[in-house]
Amino acid sequence: MALTPPENRLWWNEPLHRMEIVWITIAFLWGLFMFGVMIYWHINGEQNLSNEAYKVNPEAYGEKVEAEAAKYTVREEGDTGIPVVRPPAGSDVYMLGRLWEWWPVLELEKGQTYRLHLSSMDWQHGFSLQPTNINIQVHPNYEMVVTLKPTETGEFGVVCNEYCGVGHHTMLGKIYVVDKK
Amino acid sequence: MASNETYRICPETGLKVFKTTENLIKINAVVAVVFLAIGGLFGLLVALTRWPALHILPPDLFYLALTAHGADVLVFWIIFFEIAILYFASSVLLQCRLAAPKFAWGAFALMLLGALMANVAVLQGESSVMFTSYVPMKAAPHFYLGLILFAVGALIAVFVFFGTLVVAKQEKTYEGSVPLVTFGAVTAAIIAVYTIASGAVILVPTFLWSLDLIPEIDSVMYKVIWWGFGHSSQQINVSAHVAVWYTIAALTIGAKPLSEKVSRGAFLLYILFLQLASAHHLLVEPGISSEWKVFNTSYALYLAVLGSMIHGMSVPGAIEAAQRRRGFTQGVFGWLRKAPWGNPAFSGMALSVVMFGFIGGISGVVLGTEQINLIMHNTLYVPGHFHATVVTGTTLAFMAVSYLVVPLIFQKEIMFPKMAQWQPYLFGIGALGISFFMMGAGTLGVSRRHWDMTFGDATFSFDYPPAAFLMMGLNGISAIVASVGGIMFIIVIVGSVFFGKHRDEAACKANPVVFNGGGEAVANYGSEGTLKLPGTVALVSVFFLSFVLYYFVNWKYLAEVWPLS
Repeated sequence: MALTPPENRLWWNEPLHRMEIVWITIAFLWGLFMFGVMIYWHINGEQNLSNEAYKVNPEAYGEKVEAEAAKYTVREEGDTGIPVVRPPAGSDVYMLGRLWEWWPVLELEKGQTYRLHLSSMDWQHGFSLQPTNINIQVHPNYEMVVTLKPTETGEFGVVCNEYCGVGHHTMLGKIYVVDKK
Repeated sequence: MASNETYRICPETGLKVFKTTENLIKINAVVAVVFLAIGGLFGLLVALTRWPALHILPPDLFYLALTAHGADVLVFWIIFFEIAILYFASSVLLQCRLAAPKFAWGAFALMLLGALMANVAVLQGESSVMFTSYVPMKAAPHFYLGLILFAVGALIAVFVFFGTLVVAKQEKTYEGSVPLVTFGAVTAAIIAVYTIASGAVILVPTFLWSLDLIPEIDSVMYKVIWWGFGHSSQQINVSAHVAVWYTIAALTIGAKPLSEKVSRGAFLLYILFLQLASAHHLLVEPGISSEWKVFNTSYALYLAVLGSMIHGMSVPGAIEAAQRRRGFTQGVFGWLRKAPWGNPAFSGMALSVVMFGFIGGISGVVLGTEQINLIMHNTLYVPGHFHATVVTGTTLAFMAVSYLVVPLIFQKEIMFPKMAQWQPYLFGIGALGISFFMMGAGTLGVSRRHWDMTFGDATFSFDYPPAAFLMMGLNGISAIVASVGGIMFIIVIVGSVFFGKHRDEAACKANPVVFNGGGEAVANYGSEGTLKLPGTVALVSVFFLSFVLYYFVNWKYLAEVWPLS
């Protein structure tokens, strides 16, 4: 029994069953394969998270986001007047998370590639772009740069999916994707 | 000295049970069940709030209940119970007095104090930081202190376990190698040591930071180390509940491991690789390289997954072999049909094996794939996955073994046997629903730890697909079913322990809970050619096909997302 010491004192010398050998081999090879798929996707896949990140002071980051927004604001939305920012196609775009909003709203062109900068002004937040379903963790003091290419037009919600206090569920931003004018 | 310790001989198993050990197992198990009841209640409140049609709690209480739910069931219920398992696997199985019982009592007192302190902190409302307590969000200092005291207590208990192994070796209370179940417990204990060490490394400075003695804690560094505690502690559970599976299979049908070498090798893989899983929580964080992520998230070439896949064959294999020796040889699955499905210890264990493997195991590997994590991180898929591992896996296995602990250790007859018979099914199906529907909602993008999926109070509006709302309703219904199963468990166990009929020797003979003749009925294991296990081959093949299929389906989902680099 599993509850008593092995009857055979030299249990490590017992031969393996064929079934055991076959299963262990299959499971091991499957593991190797799954390991390989992750590497393969880095070479040939289109969805890989960038490793580009910088240490940044939240205040400095906030100033940078505001300066960029001031340059490219096309209109304001919502009762708090959040600017909708439309930077040139294919450029660097900036967004910040803070209690409890994503700021500003972005307007991007379909089919263009953008460098999206993300950081937090206070606690951790979760950038969850819906319904396309891309989820990235946003930390204070770290500026992450993700290259992304919208492939469909429409209105996308940016849900905060990292718990950030009692107003967490009100933290909802927007990204618009439009056709080229 | 050793010989002065009082003990009794268990009339069913013939094992020596020392009085001190018995008392410590009892007290740890009872306190564990109390925390299960409290944490389970909070869980039900959470599920009913996330059911959009009911939405019963206001936001502050919802986040409070969610924090309490995580701490009480994920940590306190499971670890108190695991300490009881460690004492059983050392003192009872090795027939040896417990080393340093005073320390064991001290450990218990510290753990209880810590658990109560953390609960008080959460209930006061200033520590709704979730179980993970990510910095720079700050909880009250006694929240962290409670967790630290609990961890120190647990560490002391783990060392009492190791001490007992040493005593048993010195006093030669057993021959040869320790039993497989003890080996599994050793695995759990070794993982516990570095898990608790990681917890101390991060929680002590965080405690000092909450007192303003340390100016800042880096949020990424916090996560790397905290998850060395948070995820690795789940690996203690895996080792412990696999050991429990082997225990139940041995006691209820006389099953033996197919091969000591294979089963122990699988446990060894856990010791070597499971702690890398901290990476599962860092796959979409800034400042961490892909090379680091790929290596660590796969436990170095999936070698710990290999360990679980081995147990996934050897546990059902051991059951099939035992059943076939007993004469249930009809067809491929005759042994399965003739299994003791009316025995809650056996049915709970069997459900735990299947659901842990199929739902918890497969979803865990998919979730932990570097790129696929992009479409799942922090969605409800994550709690969906770990409810399959920790609830249908660990909790159900621990409930199942309780049906043996009560008659054998507490020496009480199980009250309400009919209710006990149904309990694992009801709880198991409810917990399965919780896991399944949360995974479904998560696949549709719904956020975890979120009070309002309609975003009623937000400046902007966004609608999750209607199917997601349906999933959350079904999740709520499943939570109610699981709660009924949970309440039945509490009624049966608490009733039996405090009001059950004492089991004397006559009662043990009349109504044995241990399969007798197990040792003789099952021929020597490990001898090649004696075992033909077509049922296990079929089960394992179905498992493997499901795994491969589901794995590729999720790569397909990922490939439809906006290109990222």
